[in-house]
Amino acid sequence: MPKIKYIDEKGTEREADVPTGWSVMEGAVKNLIPGIDADCGGACACATCHVYVDPAWLEKLPPKQDMEETMLDFAPDVQPNSRLSCQITVTPELDGLVVRTPKTQH
Amino acid sequence: MLAPLLEMLFRTIMSQRIVIIGAGQAGAQAVTSLRAEGFAGAIAMIGDEPFAPYQRPPLSKAYLMGTLERARLFLKPETFYREANCELILGVSVRVIDRKARTVALTDGRTLSYDMLLLATGTRVRRIKCPGADLAGIHYLRSIEDVDGLHAVFQPGKRLAIVGGGYIGLEVAAVAAKHGLDVMVFEAMDRVMARAVSKPVSDFFEQAHRTAGVKLMLNTGVEAFEGASHLEAVRASGAAYPADIALVGIGVVPNMDLAKDADLACEDGIVVDQNCATADPAIFAAGDCTWHVGREGVPLRLESVQNAIDQAKHAAYAMLGKPKIYSEVPWFWSDQYDLKLQIAGLARSSDQIVVRGDPGTRKFAVFHLRDAAVVAVEAVNAASEYLVGRKLIVAGARVAPERLADVSIPMKSIA
Repeated sequence: MPKIKYIDEKGTEREADVPTGWSVMEGAVKNLIPGIDADCGGACACATCHVYVDPAWLEKLPPKQDMEETMLDFAPDVQPNSRLSCQITVTPELDGLVVRTPKTQH
Repeated sequence: MLAPLLEMLFRTIMSQRIVIIGAGQAGAQAVTSLRAEGFAGAIAMIGDEPFAPYQRPPLSKAYLMGTLERARLFLKPETFYREANCELILGVSVRVIDRKARTVALTDGRTLSYDMLLLATGTRVRRIKCPGADLAGIHYLRSIEDVDGLHAVFQPGKRLAIVGGGYIGLEVAAVAAKHGLDVMVFEAMDRVMARAVSKPVSDFFEQAHRTAGVKLMLNTGVEAFEGASHLEAVRASGAAYPADIALVGIGVVPNMDLAKDADLACEDGIVVDQNCATADPAIFAAGDCTWHVGREGVPLRLESVQNAIDQAKHAAYAMLGKPKIYSEVPWFWSDQYDLKLQIAGLARSSDQIVVRGDPGTRKFAVFHLRDAAVVAVEAVNAASEYLVGRKLIVAGARVAPERLADVSIPMKSIA
């Protein structure tokens, strides 16, 4: 099962096994990793699952769809490596992916 | 003098027990918030379904489609409840609340005492009352078990009659049409989702469903279901429409019998104040079951994830002695085909509507204004309009209608 590493704003690292086909957001929520709210449960409706993707991994991710792009546009503290973690589907190629969670989701 | 007093208070709080009736979105959020806010006593959560709290919105979408397996519906992993020291009592209902004794009696024979009680009882489906309503083949959609039952008969070529053109009916229609079923929707009103959205949005979704091959019958109330033992036809406006399966989606009713029996005030929901408190200082309520005062000062009941989450948070604050006024902007969403409908605010009080964008492009928004201030936005595949709209509503901002309508002005510069 692919391992995803979540690093919070204080630098604490947490690793989780996330089944292929699940989203990076679900990997966090189902493993009680703090820093991702995901109020809407992954419907790309709330923009509370914002993460910063480790630059080394950016290229390996599927590109953002319009909806994600726009939702992110309005999230706090957006960076070029910002993504909505509900829109990143875990694949075997993403084994080892590193994401950082922001200070706030609201 | 202060230290012993604090210690006593601390011990009291440590030894308290909060009982949550209802294991849904609001119940799960309450557990999270109570712990996050420092509650150290015992928590017990009682749910009448055999499942830990799960998300309902995907039931009529990805779960019905079969693209989301059951394990992904659960809001929290099982370890969460253990680590939060929350006793989950599932497959059990509460028979009665004894406010004097501060106990709840359960259907499994147990009696639990509480120091504080949260009613997060949600809603149940409204059952249709007409001849043939008990025939086999007539389904409702509210729970995992409902969808599993529907799944078994959800096969390409089957004739599906949907009663009610609201969110549930139309989301199921979209999934069914994609899945190759022959879909009819019967709606008693003159437009779809009439209770939830404005006319331009209704008209747009009506067209989208017709384009997808759904037979949509407006102003058509269902009079009876016909068949020997299993559904064979739906009778509506005097005609019989052959059908293999029916799905009834005509709304929900709040679960408030326990509250009523305990002499707590109820309207179309359990009456709470702006802190999610009932008139009994030990009893609070949150989510779909509450009749509460919204940010516009008008009492109402909301059926939404947002309201469940935010009211549960506010109930937790109030239970722990740090109440905050609940005045969040409501938000809702629906997915049908490739269309994402996102709504913020309540349109019912508006005196002017502004359409931004051309519905023909499958991307547009309807803004609702009152006294020139934005009170609601309905956005179809238009996340900027939705997000900026939400900000404008929170700010109570006045915006010139012609600016909202002008798609050459980016939403970002209107914010």
